[in-house]
Amino acid sequence: MSDMRLLHKGGPAADLVIRGARVLDPLAGIDEVRDVVVRGGVIGGDPDGLEVVDGAGMTVIPGLVDPHVHLRTPGREDTEDIASGSAAAAAGGFVAIVGMPNTQPALDDPEGLAKLQQLARAEAHVGVGFFCAITRGQKGTELTEAAELAQMGAVGLSDDGRPVWDSLVMRRALQYQRLAKLPLVLHEEDPRLAQGGAMHEGPVAARLGIAGIPSESESVMVGRDVALARLEAGRIHICHVSAVETVEEVRRGKQQGVAVTAEVSPHHLLLIDEDVDGLDPATRKMNPPLRGRDDRAALRAALIDGTLDCIATDHAPHGASEKELPFPEAPFGVTGLETAFPVLYTDLVLTGELPLDVLVRRMSGDAARVVDLPQPTLADGAEANLALVDLDATWDVTADGFQSKSRNSAFLGRTLHGVVRLTVAQGREAWRRLGTESGRLS
Amino acid sequence: MTRNLITVDDLDRDEIERYLSLTDRFAEVMQRDLKKVPTLRGRVVVNMFFESSTRTATSFELAGKRLSADVINVKGSGSSVDKGETLKDTVLTLNAYRPDVLVIRHKSVGACAAAARYTDAAIVNAGDGTHAHPTQSLLDLYTLRRRGVSLEGLHVAYVGDVMHSRVARSGAAAFRTMGAKVTFIAPPTLLPPGLEEGLGGRASHDIRDIADADVVYVLRMQHERMGDGGFVPSLREYSREYGVGHERLRPGQLVMHPGPMNRGVEITDALADDPEVLVTAQVESGMLVRMAVLYDLIAGPAEHVRNVPVEEVAA
Repeated sequence: MSDMRLLHKGGPAADLVIRGARVLDPLAGIDEVRDVVVRGGVIGGDPDGLEVVDGAGMTVIPGLVDPHVHLRTPGREDTEDIASGSAAAAAGGFVAIVGMPNTQPALDDPEGLAKLQQLARAEAHVGVGFFCAITRGQKGTELTEAAELAQMGAVGLSDDGRPVWDSLVMRRALQYQRLAKLPLVLHEEDPRLAQGGAMHEGPVAARLGIAGIPSESESVMVGRDVALARLEAGRIHICHVSAVETVEEVRRGKQQGVAVTAEVSPHHLLLIDEDVDGLDPATRKMNPPLRGRDDRAALRAALIDGTLDCIATDHAPHGASEKELPFPEAPFGVTGLETAFPVLYTDLVLTGELPLDVLVRRMSGDAARVVDLPQPTLADGAEANLALVDLDATWDVTADGFQSKSRNSAFLGRTLHGVVRLTVAQGREAWRRLGTESGRLS
Repeated sequence: MTRNLITVDDLDRDEIERYLSLTDRFAEVMQRDLKKVPTLRGRVVVNMFFESSTRTATSFELAGKRLSADVINVKGSGSSVDKGETLKDTVLTLNAYRPDVLVIRHKSVGACAAAARYTDAAIVNAGDGTHAHPTQSLLDLYTLRRRGVSLEGLHVAYVGDVMHSRVARSGAAAFRTMGAKVTFIAPPTLLPPGLEEGLGGRASHDIRDIADADVVYVLRMQHERMGDGGFVPSLREYSREYGVGHERLRPGQLVMHPGPMNRGVEITDALADDPEVLVTAQVESGMLVRMAVLYDLIAGPAEHVRNVPVEEVAA
């Protein structure tokens, strides 16, 4: 079931048996202590002669999938490239990630896609797929050659970083979707309502004197696009939902039968505008911004009830010097691949707010589903896509501990539960950190 | 540990009182013929003004000089900032002189918080964008205190461009800490959403609400921060609806303005020239308060300082 849209550098197929771990695969209905055999990169088969990995006390989960990462290639390889971004993914338990096209230049044509796919075949540690731009140069005016991009293996289309602000262009993209069949992955923001803003509009912004980004800058665009998707019987995926008003728009769309899915990021599930107080853009400035307490509660509830389909990190590496600027001048974005599962486990599962099996589903099968990627499973016969996690072990999030080239993590300084011991991605070993040694990429 | 003065939110009532009484002592010193004390001799104060300023820049400079500190003034234009040097690099460069205090004025919110990450010198925020201006609020308090006005129970009405005003943000926080009540009066487009909850105080767009205030604090229309504007239909209409002049005031109301004034916009010419308006007193307080702040950050705030004459705490 290896997928032509997900590229990686290949290598020997994984051959190992994980002994005595709790095996948790919500989609396959598995939750029991047993061995997991990986032979020739496939789940199941004869354990004889395979390397034995002691999984006692640990948990095997289907590999995580992230439909929203920024690999900064081409253009800003100083902050991330496909090798480092996919290494961060492997270290975080991800087996497949999809890169956003807001690169320099934007990924908007078949040649650009071919080049990136070639790079991924040369250096990716996990399966890497690509979204191409909805509009040329992400300028919001002319559609890209979506049919050819689809045939080449683009995972979907997105102008992420920018909205498709022109309603007619959005409508045409939805009409053309009938031909290209690619999911439209939407960054929803009314650029005029959000103009000049650097954090969530509200009491904290008023006190800090920072221009606000109102929640409605997001929700009005979601409302528009749900309506257009209904009109054109199209299919849309809403990126990084941050506000309760947006949750309501998504919920209404689903109730009306519109093919709309949505994602939420770990930082929006965990942090709020009050956390911006120290004015550190490296850890607290992102778009959409950290919203209010009520928004966070609504996001958590919507993640549990499925209104929000999945979790996506919006992993957004930035160079240290860019993030050392005063708050309004610094770019938006935080990294996320290496902390996503542990921080959500620590802050939502261990606190009893979110069942572990729901977290696993939302970060694995559901995250794959929203962009039509194969859903990782631990069922016999499946390509091995799994993570072995030591949920009892803890680690400190430090600036020098990342596989990513960038350090702008929202969770620096935290001690997190959940160490990813082993990641097998697309049938081959991608990451190993057994015992106490530091992690090792394959 | 380095002490900074980045926002008044960090000061409790006792600390503000300490600054005010320290300011009083410097006011006494300034009554003398020789208006200079050796208190900070050998200390280095760097004034970094990345954004234009007349009164704040000059008052910090004079305050430092009257305390006998070595004062260096760096301006945004004419310095390496013109050549694209980042705030971090400018701070690191000036930090090489081992300053005791960096006074920073910058156009961006959070510039002082950012600068504090790169130096051990004490940072004094002389205004960071639309965020905070703590010495302005201390001087406002001191100006009233010096006139014998009790801050407890005082009602202060800020009138005008609240959205872009660090003076109003810091002032409101300081006044509230001292037990005063604050009202913000502005066109709805210049009242940031969440203001009441965020700053504590009542928001109104009815200029008649100044009637209840003891102090009418007129804010400057900050054209330079308004981007592509559209906040008010015209300055003419703004002036008609919110401009403060004698006819809108009742006898006994005190009027303050942080300067520089847009005469004929937020304040009438006649009122601007009225000697009863506290603008000049605010400027005078500004230098005294800044002496107290520099002194406090370098020599204070240990309890013993209270009992030592300010002249004797030389380096």
